[in-house]
Amino acid sequence: MNRGDQHMGQTGHQQPGGAAGDMALAARAEPVGRTESVGRAEHVVRAEHVGRAAQVERSNNAAAVRSESAVIAASAAGSAPGAAGFCLSCWLASLTLAGLVWASFTYLKIDFGGLVSAESRGYMWKFFVSFFPPNLSPEFLAKTFWGTLETLAISGIGTLLAAVAGLLLALPASGRLGSAFREITRLLLNVLRSVPELVWAALMVLAAGLGPFAGALALALHTTGVLGRLFAETLENAPPEPARALTDMGAGAGIAFVYGTLPNVTAQLLAYSLYRWEMNIRMAAILGFVGAGGLGQLLYFHLSIFQQAEASTVIIAMLLLVVLVDGVSSYLRRGFVRAGA
Amino acid sequence: MSALSATAHERDPDARRRATQWLIAIVVLWPLLVWSEFKPWVLFDTRNLSAMGGFLAGFLPPDTSSEFLGLIAKATLETLAMATAGIALALVIACPLAFLMTFSLSISRIGPGPGRWRGEGVRAAARLLLTLLRAIPEIVWALMFVRAVGLGPSAGVLAIAITYGGMLGKVYAEILESNDTRPARALLESGSGRVAALFYGLVPNAIQELASYTVYRWECAVRASVVMGFVGAGGLGQLMDTSMKMLNGGEAASILVVFLLLVLLADAVSAFLRKLLA
Repeated sequence: MNRGDQHMGQTGHQQPGGAAGDMALAARAEPVGRTESVGRAEHVVRAEHVGRAAQVERSNNAAAVRSESAVIAASAAGSAPGAAGFCLSCWLASLTLAGLVWASFTYLKIDFGGLVSAESRGYMWKFFVSFFPPNLSPEFLAKTFWGTLETLAISGIGTLLAAVAGLLLALPASGRLGSAFREITRLLLNVLRSVPELVWAALMVLAAGLGPFAGALALALHTTGVLGRLFAETLENAPPEPARALTDMGAGAGIAFVYGTLPNVTAQLLAYSLYRWEMNIRMAAILGFVGAGGLGQLLYFHLSIFQQAEASTVIIAMLLLVVLVDGVSSYLRRGFVRAGA
Repeated sequence: MSALSATAHERDPDARRRATQWLIAIVVLWPLLVWSEFKPWVLFDTRNLSAMGGFLAGFLPPDTSSEFLGLIAKATLETLAMATAGIALALVIACPLAFLMTFSLSISRIGPGPGRWRGEGVRAAARLLLTLLRAIPEIVWALMFVRAVGLGPSAGVLAIAITYGGMLGKVYAEILESNDTRPARALLESGSGRVAALFYGLVPNAIQELASYTVYRWECAVRASVVMGFVGAGGLGQLMDTSMKMLNGGEAASILVVFLLLVLLADAVSAFLRKLLA
């Protein structure tokens, strides 16, 4: 890497006048570390929400890696764009894109003129200023603290329920009970997964009444869909030999699963569950918008009665929660990787 | 010896560890169960059962009157337009900030000279701004924008623009850093400007990755704008909210089906586009 760096630097210095030529050279320069860039592409995507559990995934099986990171990594491994030239399809694609964006703005009829007019600017500024200073009275801080605990509890219970239900559904979904069951459970998991948490929460508020329990149920339903699918893939990729050895020795299917398969996948299942828990904490903070408890309910309530100072405290609490969870999880994950390496 | 091992086997050698684990689990779980008001029996409360039962009973048949389907089509288009416009505005936020934040485009870092600390300062400020933008969930932004600019899709578009601007900016900078940065360095050292170094040195290697990440985010934006309506920011969510408040099961069922189709469609379109880019 260093040598290459120097080399590049030298070419640059030797031909100070030929900047254009250098640019062309630089533009065409084939990246040396292709495999490296693939690994890093995965890393980048992992850094956002896509493949938080990808470290563990990588150790397991590439097939289990969620399609996003795989596709992005694959795209990084593709060939570099060729030398510049007229490219009809590129122009057409760009034009279509521009057209779609233009159509979106026109369809929505967003009045940007109105948004930046002096009157509305003044109103927005007044609204913004009304959030400061946040209400930091001890009573309200205590209320926010309880809201935070409630949010944590919703996410914890929701994820736990989902992990149990996901494992139960993953058994048929991994094809252990025949292909008919497999298809049916997969369909069920897909439906659970494609309904957003907030919609589940709105439904659960009807079923269980206002309050955090509805939020926990909503998270559990959506997360069951996600974890069930991931668990099923993990089970399918688990080495079959230990369980096979046990059944060959005369053990029942249950015993063979518990002692032959489960020990091999426990770490991975836990890692997936923790990763979802982390995402669920953020989600639990906003489920309250539809009445499902936690910080969100507090925020919605105070904003709807125009108490911006209180709302601002809650938003700060949400921000701290998210930043804290991010920090802790990246710290733990680094620990995991070191321990696992 | 054999007698000894027999007695050892009769007493579970792992009993204490296992008991401790259970104890810890219960001690940790108990407050969580209390705080989340974990009362599964409320599901079977007659009042809740009748409310939910009536609502679910209305699910079949889904409302397919042409009038309502027209409303749904309009809301679906609005949802897609919100996501697209939101991502377009997010790019306006993300690109300049990513450009500011990319370390390999720093001229001052190449040699000792003035402006080093200023450069560091600008990068740190850009990073902080992006963190603030994306740390607040999009729906919270939407809730606030609804109060600032009124009910309707503009609030949703602005919310998506802000949160996704933060995410895209950060990831763009990371993608640019993680690819081969030597061409950019060579350009900068031979005296080219930062913009030229970006477009001729960094972007050619990273363009596919940048594009496919953007497409992936568009897909996420579609999912996000589906629920924006719950806080009054237009689109399908608003329709859903109204139907649920009126306990109209038939309408809710139709909207749920459209939700599923839309999410699956966004999934498929995004997967197709990214395959095309690869």
